[in-house]
Amino acid sequence: MSQEDLSRQAYWRAHLRLLGICLAIWFLVSFVLGILVAQPLNAFQLGGYPLGFWFAQQGSIYTFIILIFVYAWRMNVLDRKFNVHEE
Amino acid sequence: MDQQTLSLLVVGATFALYIGIAIWARAGSTSEFYVAGRGVNPIANGMATAADWMSAASFISMAGLIAFLGFTGGAYLMGWTGGYVLMALLLAPYLRKFGKFTVPEFIGDRYYSKAARIIAVISLIVMSVTYVIGQMRGVGIAFSNILEVPLATGLFAGMAVVFIYAVLGGMKGITYTQIAQYVIMIFAYTVPAVFIAITLTGNPIPQLGLGSTLEGSDTFLLDALDQTMVDLGFHAYTEVGGMSLMNMFLLTLALMIGTAGLPHVIIRFFTVPRVRDARKSAGWALVFIGILYTTAPAVGAMAIWNLVNTVHPGEIGTEEGHLAYEDKPAWMERWEQTGLLAFEDKNEDGVIQYYNDGNEEFAAMAEEEYGWEGSEIVTLDRDIMVLANPEIAGLPGWVIALVAAGGIAAALSTAAGLLLAISSAISHDLLKGVFMPRISEKRELLAGRIAMAVAILFAGYLGLNPPGFAAEVVALAFGLAAASLFPTLMMGIFMKKMNKEGAIAGMLVGLGTTLLYIFTYKGWFFFSGTAMLPDTPEGWLLGVNPTGFGAIGAVFNFVTAYIVMKLTREPPKEIQDLVESVRVPRTEG
Repeated sequence: MSQEDLSRQAYWRAHLRLLGICLAIWFLVSFVLGILVAQPLNAFQLGGYPLGFWFAQQGSIYTFIILIFVYAWRMNVLDRKFNVHEE
Repeated sequence: MDQQTLSLLVVGATFALYIGIAIWARAGSTSEFYVAGRGVNPIANGMATAADWMSAASFISMAGLIAFLGFTGGAYLMGWTGGYVLMALLLAPYLRKFGKFTVPEFIGDRYYSKAARIIAVISLIVMSVTYVIGQMRGVGIAFSNILEVPLATGLFAGMAVVFIYAVLGGMKGITYTQIAQYVIMIFAYTVPAVFIAITLTGNPIPQLGLGSTLEGSDTFLLDALDQTMVDLGFHAYTEVGGMSLMNMFLLTLALMIGTAGLPHVIIRFFTVPRVRDARKSAGWALVFIGILYTTAPAVGAMAIWNLVNTVHPGEIGTEEGHLAYEDKPAWMERWEQTGLLAFEDKNEDGVIQYYNDGNEEFAAMAEEEYGWEGSEIVTLDRDIMVLANPEIAGLPGWVIALVAAGGIAAALSTAAGLLLAISSAISHDLLKGVFMPRISEKRELLAGRIAMAVAILFAGYLGLNPPGFAAEVVALAFGLAAASLFPTLMMGIFMKKMNKEGAIAGMLVGLGTTLLYIFTYKGWFFFSGTAMLPDTPEGWLLGVNPTGFGAIGAVFNFVTAYIVMKLTREPPKEIQDLVESVRVPRTEG
């Protein structure tokens, strides 16, 4: 296996690791905090919002937005590190 | 100037703007027609994607849907935004790197199979056509209910405008009109929301207002709303109700993967210059979508609060606690004429009672204690929550005109995106890809324009003669996208060894099980009376709502594809190299 192939494999592995972390956060804020444990979370307040309700109708959306930009930024760093970035 | 003239002038001005853009942004090549020449700025594309995505349903119906569901309405909010995370991380950048024109084209090339491409085309056309019916109805609703113009006239006007910019400009014309439509739509949505938030809570930002105390009191709006809903026999607004937690989970998941698999949205990411622009552009798309989607829950909660407090101005069950029929505000009278709102004085006491008469215990108590004989708002269409908002809040006439223009912009922008997906599937995938591979570029462009024109006429016909199942199509479109396209596209990128046999079997099983499940409860091809099991939580298999079944169909697709792949031959070397190449942004020389 050539040097380049090894580097490609390392790039893909690093990428999958980043994907795993991002998708874990995606799942946590929506399915866990916004649905599965939302009822008990409602015992806490965020201003006038019960916390579980806030995650389901506000917080998860804000997190999704930040998540995509952080992913795009980390991928640009990875692309440069492994020298596969575009011109 | 009367309200109707003002509204028609505002809507007419937006139409003139769209036509102006069409003349400026004509398409001269297939690349411009299909992907706007790949020269769209990522932020501009984000805005166009937001308009492409946010349909008549998002603009007109979603806030009302949430208002009646409360907490579990979050399934729609999370589902229709979380899909962008999947699209940005798992599909859009790699498909942009692949660098072709359509979604079925990727499936055909990646799985070295015309059959796979044709299955993808069929699935694309079914979901896009069902979806476009809803948009045409949205145009009609905006015209007939707000502008008081006959539905057919409004529909023809809308079709004519789409015809001009979509047929002339293709993706290029559609992109720039979508940007204009986004601006109109978001302005129309947020202006009434800001006014209502100020009136109720004193906070001009609806997202903060929903978490604030009521004006002139130290009770939080949501706490007061919870209490009021419980007093009327409904479930507390911020608690689980309307659907089970399992169905909320499945519906959210099905909407997310369905969103990520919708071809008319995916192709928007083919229009940006580079792979990294596709990633960034998805983020911007969600920013622009998020502005509306985080405002909607405030609109929904505040609208239902306004409604309930108009009908029940004082303590429930007391004389001053109910609105007398003769004191009904003018907006109620006006919306009764549209048929979206209707009252019936069941116990003939001259005042209105609105409560949950489906809650047997509460209804029995109310009859005993107060002499109520059923809820007296007998029709309450959820669309009213957005459409009547400016009148309920007593806003000036230009805001009402703006809401009409916004609703029409939302419907037209989505319709145009869908029509492009349909016409490119016909001219590029079927005609050039399968039947006439040697067709010249000029003739393919002409074919694309003809396909677009036919699709507009067909969609208009369906808008005028809506099939009875129009209300069920959301389940179908998202179910099909979730169960057929998303898994196949994702495996094409993330599983190098996935082969033709696996992909085809997976798509067929995903499509088949989802259609079977939806038809079992909604009727075969939605013909009423042909449903085989009752469409109720008791009748559903393991309690799974057909609307959320797409998530399970997707799992069937993945599992079938994996098993079949293990039993059949690996894909050829050049296909595995293709997968390697879509995984890296740089194009090798």
